[in-house]
Amino acid sequence: MSGAVTISGVPIAGTRRAPRDLTLLLMLPALAILVLLFLVPLVLFFVRTFMEFDGTAAEFISQAQDLLFSQSYMTALGTTNWIALIVTVTVLLIGYPIAYYLTTASGPGVSIVVLSIVLPYFTSIIVRTFSWMVLLGEHGLVNDLLRATGLIDQPLSLMYNRFGVLIGMSYVLLPYMVLTLYAAMRGIDPSLMRAAEGLGASGFYTFRRVYFPLSLHGVLSGALIVYILSIGFFITPALMGGQHDIMIAMLIDRALEVAVDWPSAALMSLTLLAVTLVLYAVYYRITDIRRVIGAR
Amino acid sequence: MAADFAAPETSVPASEGALELRGLTKRYGDETVVNAIAVSIAPGEFFSLLGPSGSGKTTTLMMVAGFVHPDGGAILLDGQDIAFVPPQKRGFGMVFQNYAIFPHLNVFENIAFPLRARHWPKAMVADRVAWALEMVQLGRFADRYARQLSGGQQQRVALARAIVFHPSVVLMDEPLGALDKNLRYEMQVEIKEIQQRLGMTVLYVTHDQEEAMSMSDRIAIMNRGRIDQVGPPGVVYEQPVNPFVGRFLGEANLIEGTMTAGGGDVRLILPTGEALRAPRGNGHDTGPGLLFIRPERVDIAAGTHAAADPRLNTLAGKVRRCSFLGNILRYAVDVDGIAPITIDLQNAVGVSALAQDTPVTLRWPVADSLILPPDPP
Repeated sequence: MSGAVTISGVPIAGTRRAPRDLTLLLMLPALAILVLLFLVPLVLFFVRTFMEFDGTAAEFISQAQDLLFSQSYMTALGTTNWIALIVTVTVLLIGYPIAYYLTTASGPGVSIVVLSIVLPYFTSIIVRTFSWMVLLGEHGLVNDLLRATGLIDQPLSLMYNRFGVLIGMSYVLLPYMVLTLYAAMRGIDPSLMRAAEGLGASGFYTFRRVYFPLSLHGVLSGALIVYILSIGFFITPALMGGQHDIMIAMLIDRALEVAVDWPSAALMSLTLLAVTLVLYAVYYRITDIRRVIGAR
Repeated sequence: MAADFAAPETSVPASEGALELRGLTKRYGDETVVNAIAVSIAPGEFFSLLGPSGSGKTTTLMMVAGFVHPDGGAILLDGQDIAFVPPQKRGFGMVFQNYAIFPHLNVFENIAFPLRARHWPKAMVADRVAWALEMVQLGRFADRYARQLSGGQQQRVALARAIVFHPSVVLMDEPLGALDKNLRYEMQVEIKEIQQRLGMTVLYVTHDQEEAMSMSDRIAIMNRGRIDQVGPPGVVYEQPVNPFVGRFLGEANLIEGTMTAGGGDVRLILPTGEALRAPRGNGHDTGPGLLFIRPERVDIAAGTHAAADPRLNTLAGKVRRCSFLGNILRYAVDVDGIAPITIDLQNAVGVSALAQDTPVTLRWPVADSLILPPDPP
């Protein structure tokens, strides 16, 4: 979703300042695909569903209120944001050391880590989710191993609950965090850390007062990307979650596939899109900070 | 002034600032970047490591700073070996090549950084930073960020940050490399004044010989990982021990010939059979050799004059080129049998350039000539 804004947003901002640049024409095919296959169907979807609504505006608003304040929607909204938050924090805590390692280390270890980050990134989400199911199922690898070693008697419930959703989503979203952080950390001048240590700062003090503040915009960018992607997640929670782990995307799917209630689906989609766009706007501002603090 | 600020705690007990390098060596693979160098720097001395890039001067400084582990030798601070003490425990002030100003901290916080890292109380930090800002004349800029400062101002911030905690030793790695010429001169004067006022030991790395000469008490000229010569600027400039040092410290004439000992002097026989003379003294008096003379020591006069004065070396030649360099006129004069001789003439009252191909006589005191061994192969 965010892709539409990036690609159509950047050249427009550019043409305002610079003289008309013919290389912008190179964007045309991408723009055409986005407009034809994404923007037009999206608008049509919203327009059609709302046009088909036969009732007064007041009736429409009250129905919308009923839906958006309904128990199921509110619960899904809470669940979605809670899961997104936990996933974001988890991915940040795991991803930060990995990104730091990638920016500072050298040698064959780096290639192995990059490969194990990037390869899954190019693999279908469904495949990866099923792999986790093989691992975490009641008779999955993890439970079998734990029972074989005698650590547990009964299989642990690692799946079809919140835990499974968090594991699956964190795994899928980790590369986004690592790659974003990596880009930010690459921009940090290593001589600053050397300066800090040369001037008497301990390693921890240097990290706290120099490295981390300079990587902060990467942390915020990465967190926002992961959060934005999380709130729209569907496959992983649908496959690995339990009956209490209904996220908004699943609710939309149900409205379309099960209830065939297009107006409700459209309304929920619209709210999700609005939230995403707001977060994206924040993200866009944060990436600008890079220039402000002189890290770029 | 210094007495007003007693450091509450420092990582190393306050040192005198005597620095000694003993057989310091660093290898990267097969290459010996720093080769058993030995130098002793007195407290309060301004000592420069001067050399071309790749001569090992920066590696030496990084070993003294603690960022590079030596493969051999010792680094003594007031007699204590600190070769394996981590950088933050050495208590040196440091000024880096690209200033390394923290971009997310303003000028005040940048300068306060070494104090805060040492957990100084807030009030003392404020006092001391104000003092350091005063030292570098940046009082009005405390709230600015690096990106809002000119190169010279950033350089001052880096300097203030290095001296704010009163280190006895300050290390500087090509601190003026990025500044333009006028500003560089201004900063040289300022750094030298501050160093003398605070009585700190400075170990200064540069590839700019003018910079090294204008500020240093002593200079070590580094070449291929070794120190070729150590001495006060006047000595290394006037009496280089080899052609490399002679050339590196400025324009130099190195006239090739064959040496023969004769009387009190060493004679250098040119391919044309003419003889030049130099005082005997550094052991070289037979075989191929070079006669070293600085361009400003050579006098140039139009016309041909006989070699009358036995205290002068005399050569006849023809003006090849005269370059106008502002304060000096630089001649290149063709002399039969040897490479062109460079002569620098002060652009003083009444001096006018000689035309190309004018026959000229070159003269310089035998006493200022120096015999050097040829370059090693």
